[in-house]
Amino acid sequence: MTAGAGHHYRRGWVRHAVLVGLVIALLLTISPFLVVAINAVKTPADYAAHGPIALPQSLSLTGIVEFWQRVDFTRKLLNSLVVSGTVAVLGVALSVLNAYALGIGKVRGRIWFLFVFLAANLLPQEAVVYPLYYLSKSLHLYNSLTAVIIIFTVIQSAFGTYLLSSVYDHFPREILEAAEIDGAGRWRILVRIVVPLSWQTVSVLFAFFFIWTWNEFFLPLVFLISNENQTVPVALGVLQGQRFMDATTTSASALIGILPAVVFFLIFQRTLIRGVTAGAVK
Amino acid sequence: MARTRSPGSSGYLVFLIPGLVLSVAIVVVPLLMTIGTSFTRWQGVGTPVWIGLDNYVRLAHDPSFWASFQHIALLIIAMAIVPTLIGLVLAAVLFDFVAVAFGNRIAGVFRSGFYLPQILPVAISGVVWGWILHPSYGALNSLLAGAGVPSLAHNWLGDPRYALYSVMAIMIWMQIGYPIVVFMAGLQRIDPELYEAAAIDGATWRQRFTAISVHLLKPEIYVVLVTTTIAALKIFGQIFVLTRGGPGTATLVPSYFAYKSFFEKAEVGYGSAMSTVLTLIILMLTLVFLRLQARGERLR
Repeated sequence: MTAGAGHHYRRGWVRHAVLVGLVIALLLTISPFLVVAINAVKTPADYAAHGPIALPQSLSLTGIVEFWQRVDFTRKLLNSLVVSGTVAVLGVALSVLNAYALGIGKVRGRIWFLFVFLAANLLPQEAVVYPLYYLSKSLHLYNSLTAVIIIFTVIQSAFGTYLLSSVYDHFPREILEAAEIDGAGRWRILVRIVVPLSWQTVSVLFAFFFIWTWNEFFLPLVFLISNENQTVPVALGVLQGQRFMDATTTSASALIGILPAVVFFLIFQRTLIRGVTAGAVK
Repeated sequence: MARTRSPGSSGYLVFLIPGLVLSVAIVVVPLLMTIGTSFTRWQGVGTPVWIGLDNYVRLAHDPSFWASFQHIALLIIAMAIVPTLIGLVLAAVLFDFVAVAFGNRIAGVFRSGFYLPQILPVAISGVVWGWILHPSYGALNSLLAGAGVPSLAHNWLGDPRYALYSVMAIMIWMQIGYPIVVFMAGLQRIDPELYEAAAIDGATWRQRFTAISVHLLKPEIYVVLVTTTIAALKIFGQIFVLTRGGPGTATLVPSYFAYKSFFEKAEVGYGSAMSTVLTLIILMLTLVFLRLQARGERLR
């Protein structure tokens, strides 16, 4: 570094004005989270007396516990985990298979296949929802996690195929040829060479699929109608405006909806930021 | 198993079979069924009755149809255009001011903070904001009352004059993190010497921002604009949780229109026509985007 771009900011007040502005913007951005958090741990009496802005007089978890039991939140968490986890694993597997054929195998008509996969991912879900609803009823898959898992596996892997194909496009040919000369078959090359060498992108896809599926609302809303099958966003989303949802209960419900998302974000943070970047330049 | 086939492209098709079969079953066939149904009158039971283009004619005369696309136009401003503009400025400030003057760690903290709303399931952010904007016990109105300006308190989501603008504000809050992360990553590509040369030549921050940052971020700007525009066209969860399209049709959007036709009014043919129109718009946008992207790559 020579002169350094920093020398332009030697005027102290500009530095600090910009920083103060950014801090205010950041506080505004995270204030909804803070407001939810402080009200989720209030008693209804405390809320009635001091309103939503005051800090809680004492830490009360009864609102959260009562809501948790009332909606059987453990069950919702398990449903969401099962759906998102299975979709992430199956979706990645399907993406790898597709991308192996399209990116490395360069099968004929690959541009068209890629367009179909891209379109399948971008399609508004309401363009397929009614036939899927109708078909799943006749196959007795309606109101089951299985139907949702199959549908999201296909939708997510459509994106995965698109992204992974462009990575496999540039896969070093020498490595593939060397493996073929050593007598490795196509399966062996895929499992032993291609997947391990593209593990970074594959793990990005896994994180994406998990979180996207966790966040999905429309199809689970249509397909999972009974209480015991609902996922977290559907359960919390349809409860809005119910009679028992008073102020503290609502913020308690918001908080337990936020917490898993924050946990996943902390787990996947680095993978995700890398992934948002990879998705953008492809 | 010793196979001595020369490296060619034969034999890979088998790997595509599961993906193709599933895509045909889950996407292609249902999509064709929806398009077919859009030419019929059908309540979801019994036999669909062929009525040609009647559903589309009815759409063209339905004020709710036009209203829902007008709302989408405003939501594209709130979800695509405003976040892209603010995101560009914030990403540039974080990248070449905060990171330089205060270190990468501080810039990273800001980036994560602005990204936080993006990690929430849309339905959950709907719950959060539905509560904050609640007319009787919401935090915003009591904040306004506490600040001595209770006259500014409104029924934010329940009054047709404010509902759509409230939703737009919420969407800006939700979307802002995505362009910031993408643009900050894109700025890493920029050669620092370019910035230094510009600084030595006496370029102001604004000149560098428009001449270097925005120019070099063009591919990212395309991607962000297109993906967020498509997201705006598909918006459903937020509307469902916040307003259910109301009051009246004040916040109605195409996907909620289709959902209501399918599952509340049992007008499956009509809902299918709406879905088909929306699908066509999104596919056309995708095609335009792919062409622009291909042209951009050839130019580079």
